[in-house]
Amino acid sequence: MRSLRLFPAVALGATATLLLTGCLGSSGSGEQDANRNADAKKVELTIGSNSVKGGKSSAGATFTEDVLIPKFVADQKAKGVDVTVKFQGDGSDDEVYKQKLSLDLSNKSGPDLIQIDGIWVGEFAQAGYIKPLTDTVGDAAKVDGWDGWQQIPESVQQLGIFESKRYGVPGGTDGRVLYFNKKLFQQAGLPADWQPKSWEEILQAGQALKKLSGVTPIQVNGGTAMGEATTMQGVLPLLVGTGTSINVDGKWLGDTPKLRQVLDFYHQVYGSGLGDPVLQREAKGRDKSFAEFAANKIGILLESDYFWRSVVEPKAGVAKMADRDAAVGYALIPAARPGGGVKGQDFVSMSGGGATVINPNTKFPQQAWELLQFMNSAAMVKESLNGAAKITQRTDVNTEVLASDPMLNFVATKVLPITQYRPGLAEYPKISAALQQATADVVGGKSTDQAARAYQKSVETAAGGKDKVAGN
Amino acid sequence: MTTVSPPAAGGGSNAGPASRPGRGGRGPARDVAGLGVGRALGFVAPALLLIGAFLVFPAIWTIYIGVTNYRLTGVEAVSPSVVGLANYTRALNDALFHNALWLTMLFVLGSAILGQNILGFALAWILRRARPAVRRTVEALTLLAWILPSTVVAYLWVAFFDRDTGTLNSILGTTGTAWLIDYPMVCLIVFNTWRGTAFSMMLYSSALQAVPPSQLESARMVGASGWQTLRDVVFPHIRGHVLTNTLLISLWTANDFSPFLLTKGGPNHESETVPVYIYNVALQGGELGYSSAISFLLLLANLLVSLVYLRLLRRRA
Repeated sequence: MRSLRLFPAVALGATATLLLTGCLGSSGSGEQDANRNADAKKVELTIGSNSVKGGKSSAGATFTEDVLIPKFVADQKAKGVDVTVKFQGDGSDDEVYKQKLSLDLSNKSGPDLIQIDGIWVGEFAQAGYIKPLTDTVGDAAKVDGWDGWQQIPESVQQLGIFESKRYGVPGGTDGRVLYFNKKLFQQAGLPADWQPKSWEEILQAGQALKKLSGVTPIQVNGGTAMGEATTMQGVLPLLVGTGTSINVDGKWLGDTPKLRQVLDFYHQVYGSGLGDPVLQREAKGRDKSFAEFAANKIGILLESDYFWRSVVEPKAGVAKMADRDAAVGYALIPAARPGGGVKGQDFVSMSGGGATVINPNTKFPQQAWELLQFMNSAAMVKESLNGAAKITQRTDVNTEVLASDPMLNFVATKVLPITQYRPGLAEYPKISAALQQATADVVGGKSTDQAARAYQKSVETAAGGKDKVAGN
Repeated sequence: MTTVSPPAAGGGSNAGPASRPGRGGRGPARDVAGLGVGRALGFVAPALLLIGAFLVFPAIWTIYIGVTNYRLTGVEAVSPSVVGLANYTRALNDALFHNALWLTMLFVLGSAILGQNILGFALAWILRRARPAVRRTVEALTLLAWILPSTVVAYLWVAFFDRDTGTLNSILGTTGTAWLIDYPMVCLIVFNTWRGTAFSMMLYSSALQAVPPSQLESARMVGASGWQTLRDVVFPHIRGHVLTNTLLISLWTANDFSPFLLTKGGPNHESETVPVYIYNVALQGGELGYSSAISFLLLLANLLVSLVYLRLLRRRA
């Protein structure tokens, strides 16, 4: 009789234990044959990207769907291969896109070719979600022999490299500048060719703009809601302006006077009505800041050239400005004081960019590599611009197209020589999150001191020990 | 195989409904249906398997992940190691987790125990004597708030609370008030009260029908006030319903994820209830191990609350 009651418990316990032995994070069924399905006549490939027609980075999605895919299919058809390529577009925040990809890849699914932020390469590689190209494609000579590499500058190639192995082909780079609204500047009596030489001069311009009603003088991204946009368009450009960077000699930035200098700048902007603290806390704050800039409600905004190409772009931008070329000015980001920037520079910037990687679990690794090369050929890269300019990964294309757009030419010739890249280390995203939290604290009204102390604690955890953090 | 197995076949089967008290020991009659252990198990096995696969196994899995440093990305995603109770001790000292617990309590108290309960009962009590047309209209509207998909509802409420062009600001003439930023918890409590009242309303509507009209009549005859009638005549009849209702809605509210759709837990963790915190830790921060540990704590809290309520119910019975 007793067995009747005990049995289910025992059975469930046993089943559970059995199932548990299938352990966490197993790296899978070992090596796969890189030449699987190499001779298939019917091939299906999917391209995943955080862009969508009519929404986020619409131009890129449109190009992939309307030009790249049909051309590749036609190209393959000529070789007698029947290829179907699907585009899996996404239009969400970068963090959300990354979560989705991580979950896909951890379950050995997901698109065959994936566009990711260069800064995710490290942690994805460590997790085994992506593999070096030579492993996936199987033939080192085939990968390294691609003629496209010679056209991609070393610094840009780094975006797809982790521990000196190539994981993907980078898709161009960018640079950060200060954008300003010339119409508002005129009303406030500021020059149309404004170029601040120190943080003080940014704040002074802010004070002048503050006198205009309904105008937020300065937008420097802060807080946790904006995610990496806070780090890249806020903390890091300021930090290099104090003369240091986030990782020096293998040690992460801790609670140092220079970090406090950055947080103080946030305090000066958001504690004195020069910036809008509420906007930094809103769930859709970054999109809103774009809309406000386009509506002539924000005076100065720190962004990458993406802002020029895809946000206030008159035809396809998400916050179109019909008079962009006349109304939007741009200036180099100054160091805290002249000569005080990293490497003794007067002006500073930060750069990033994406890379396209091959999903190691693709059914068609050879064909995926073929598509990846096709995508990054000079002809396709040029066509992806569709008459517009962008700093592409390829030097040959850049020299041809950048001359037509003064702003991007400015970034290519003035910003890229002085820019810095984020360290391609797996801990970076955690450190970045801690920096975002520190700015959130300051914007939310806490003192620099409190925020900096809390930051020190989280960095020690994130970096994996006190000895990996540079303190004071 | 339709015959009942003979009693001699083994200890597991008592033939027929008349169980012999001398053999089975204490307890009520066993094996009333005369199935025998094997067939009885056969009948319950599908259910047990489902419960095992979708309830017990995930729970045990959660406990297991909770003692590792498993992450979404990075080295620990491939080779997580067991860290013992480190995640739990970390949770005990985690100010953000304390914050989440406190906010969840506020959320449950404000929107479920008080908000939905009182509003649901008030609606049921008032609508009892309302004209059928009015009653049906109000009920339909309340139900609509309950059955619409969360994403749709959240979008409407985000638009309602919006700082620049929100409906609320237009009505009140308070342009520029960022409700979801300045008063996130109040917004969530109002939202969830609105969202979930339908259940309480329906439950109380049917419960009120169990109150004998003759007693209400007598109360009126002796001149009892409305409050006295409620307290002395109605509540004694529906106390069990109140307990059940409160148990269900507080558990649902404590585990509700829709706050995320309105505020994402922000600004700066000010509306980060436990489920939202778990999500943020797991997916934003990638710390699957730690978030599993917190999930398990939430599971324990749920069990504890259920036990207390069950205790109360049983005592009443």
